[in-house]
Amino acid sequence: MGLVVGTTGLFLLLYSLVDSAWSKSINGLALSLGLICLGSLLHSNLLYRNTLPGIQNNGVWFNSLTNRGILGWFVAMGLTFFYICLYFYPKTLGYHSNGNTGLIAFFDPLSRALNGKFATQWFVYGFMYTLAILLFGVKFIYKYRHSRYQIIRTLSVMFFQLCFAFLLPEFLSFMHPDTPYFAKDIKNMWPLNHYFFESWHLNNMLNGGTLGLFMLVMGLAMIFIISPILTFYYGKRWYCSWVCGCGALAETAGDPFRQLSSKRISVWKLERWMIHVVLVIVVLTTIAVLWSFLGKDPTSGYLSKETFVYGVVIGLATLMSIIFLFKRNELDKDAQYSLLSLGVVLIGTLLIQAFSGEKHILFVKSYTLTKWYGFAIGAVFSGVLGVGFYPLLGSRVWCRFGCPMAAILGLQQRLFSRFRITTNGGQCISCGNCSAYCEMGIDVRAYAQKGQNIVRSSCVGCGICSAVCPRGVLKLENGPVEHRTTLPNFPLGNTL
Amino acid sequence: MSRLPIIIIGNGISGSTVAREIRKTLDVPIVMISEESPYFFSRTALMYVFMGHMQWRELEPYERSFWSKNNIDLLQAKVCSIDPENSLLTLENGNHLSYEKLVIASGSKPKFYEWKGQTLKGVQGFYSKQDLESLESWAKDTQQAVIVGGGLIGIELAEMLCSRGITVHFLVRENYFWSDVLSPEEGDLLHQHIQAHGVILHLETELIEIKGDDSGRASAVITSKGDLLECTFVGITTGVVPKIEFLTNSSIDTDRGIMVDKYLCTNHPKVFAVGDCAQLRNPPPHRKPIESVWYTGRMMGETLAQTLCGNKTAYQPGHWFNSSKFFDIEYQTYGNISPQPSSSEKHFFWINSQENIALRVAYHPKTSLFLGLNAFGLRIRHEQIDQWLYQKISVQNLMEQLDLLNFNPEFSKSYTKQILIAWQNRQ
Repeated sequence: MGLVVGTTGLFLLLYSLVDSAWSKSINGLALSLGLICLGSLLHSNLLYRNTLPGIQNNGVWFNSLTNRGILGWFVAMGLTFFYICLYFYPKTLGYHSNGNTGLIAFFDPLSRALNGKFATQWFVYGFMYTLAILLFGVKFIYKYRHSRYQIIRTLSVMFFQLCFAFLLPEFLSFMHPDTPYFAKDIKNMWPLNHYFFESWHLNNMLNGGTLGLFMLVMGLAMIFIISPILTFYYGKRWYCSWVCGCGALAETAGDPFRQLSSKRISVWKLERWMIHVVLVIVVLTTIAVLWSFLGKDPTSGYLSKETFVYGVVIGLATLMSIIFLFKRNELDKDAQYSLLSLGVVLIGTLLIQAFSGEKHILFVKSYTLTKWYGFAIGAVFSGVLGVGFYPLLGSRVWCRFGCPMAAILGLQQRLFSRFRITTNGGQCISCGNCSAYCEMGIDVRAYAQKGQNIVRSSCVGCGICSAVCPRGVLKLENGPVEHRTTLPNFPLGNTL
Repeated sequence: MSRLPIIIIGNGISGSTVAREIRKTLDVPIVMISEESPYFFSRTALMYVFMGHMQWRELEPYERSFWSKNNIDLLQAKVCSIDPENSLLTLENGNHLSYEKLVIASGSKPKFYEWKGQTLKGVQGFYSKQDLESLESWAKDTQQAVIVGGGLIGIELAEMLCSRGITVHFLVRENYFWSDVLSPEEGDLLHQHIQAHGVILHLETELIEIKGDDSGRASAVITSKGDLLECTFVGITTGVVPKIEFLTNSSIDTDRGIMVDKYLCTNHPKVFAVGDCAQLRNPPPHRKPIESVWYTGRMMGETLAQTLCGNKTAYQPGHWFNSSKFFDIEYQTYGNISPQPSSSEKHFFWINSQENIALRVAYHPKTSLFLGLNAFGLRIRHEQIDQWLYQKISVQNLMEQLDLLNFNPEFSKSYTKQILIAWQNRQ
């Protein structure tokens, strides 16, 4: 019933693509969105109304939507198609700088009400994205209504998406209609926001008045002060599953697909390579871009090119020394990958210093480099694969394999953080629910059955492993850094 | 001549633990034989496959390459007989295998009580991979089912069948569920929860006879209350017994299970037994000779591997603990707590029936020594309570530091205040 109403709403929304009269109807937009909301809420209610509070995973692997069946493929294709249109062919959705048509025009009234401008494809996307998080968030809260951790966490991602990612930036644009564009979502920090340090963006911020300077200072503070402190005390979950917009969609709309992430060791290996390579690329790109930014404006008194490079080199070397000095004994795979990444960046920076001319960084133009990063990582990876493939590869493909932000936070979580998932003595029965429902593909059971705590750089702290554990074995908590990862000889219980 | 292997019969938690733990120390050939499945899987999670929470492969705690990587040979075969005098075992296919040492970890099988009709189609226990497969086939056309036996497997089976929309009649012989472990109040709590899930509970009711139809399929059950319950599936969950029929003609000493000493050694010095199939000649105080529990199987495996690696070690499990989940209610128990109080054991019971949460604490009436507890809907920190059991703290001491036991997820509601008020107002 709910599904029928919601699908009707969605159909009416898409109908704007073909009927130009309909696409100009405010009432039509209200009706479409109203039906979508109503249908979704009705569906969530009907789905869980007659269940008792508790884990609701019955039939997950029998449902063709959630077991990579026909429905799953169908949805994946649909989403992927939408993303390709959105990123590469926005005209098909009706975006025209000189007068929208179709779906984009449908949203013009709403956009003008919120930010005073005509809609863009990004406004429509941002709106639908936020709506999805709110509606699926409600569904998620229904589903996990017995768990206060899940309820509070979901309210948090819904709040940050609605207020910080959507309303506040729209409102700020409305207040400052004449300033050039710069990112106004404080929480969307570098390197997730890969263009933060690009020269056009820095310039726009510098020319953006008080607000622009505030965003610049806040952006830097987030990266270098706030994030490290929060990650030390709470693990990367403070960001990835409480604040982040990508995480918000994965945790709400993506929740039915979390079991599709692969837990194989080979995939874990691939993950570590990929995410660190992306991290290296984004850091190098950023350094290169900053280098050329400083080069363009030699009179600006901020920083000379030489000081900048020395600063980066000293910073990276310090970081490497800290890791090596304090975490030598924990130099397992994660730390090795991290050190390796840092080393590559270090060498790369020096190469930039040595071989770059004014316009070229290494052998390519900085513009080309950032453009390719934006295309390959920003669009294809985080959008098309990241969300489009939810029903095929699970809800955290981007977060797991591609997000450079997750890589940085993960490095800190693994080496310098109080966060861990505690294993409750010897109570594990190796059932595997924790691993099965880990959206990041962590084989949680492999640790729990040994009586070892789980400290993994990829863990986003969603807490679902703890929720689905039938024996009360897992607890997310913050505690002393010492003995966080100690492996007991045997799980608790034997006198050996 | 190459060295003879250590052969392990059974690849459940006990057998697999022996194999893994030996391999940590010794580079001897190891062969693990199982009739049921070539790869170790988590038996306790069979239910989740049926309910659609997990896929079969997710039940296997190690990737399949793990075993070859660790040079542990896996063999899917049925062992027919053992000849301990010649260190030889015979497989169903006629092959003979010689061993250096033999570890029997053959587990249990469902216990049947010679009911009339128990061999009809659609009547089965629930223990093995094969049971899961046959249940899958019977469940397809079943609208109504009867489960006989009020214990852990019975309630799991009830939950499984409910998840497919099957109406379940649950026959419990005693006047409340799992009465050899739980108190009547705890039983009540679970009755209400089971019924809220739609299970039809028949207390103090036994199975008399299973009726069949013309095709030989179960069609109804007659109970000791005289009821005729129509059903096309009957789950027999009246307990398990050691699966040791292949030892019948051997000289290995058996009773209900395989008799072992404290080193888990049988009457033959090269033959050992661990897990469900082992029966301790002299069990430690407060412990049963046969404990069919995941955790004890694991601990026996860890212990025996020590001995087999040359470090002769007696089986000395620490403080008792166990856990389960009854539909949505998690259960944990630690230490020694009897179903009913006695002259040497006083009980404090607290319940929040709205939220299905309860705690029962046993202590000595004179010395106030804390003995053990049962927790429902409360996760207890194992490490902390284990430490307190060793320290022999008093029940007052425990109550004062109740928060240290809390293992519930962050932001969970705290019940400490409610519990302490009840504790202060106890009779």
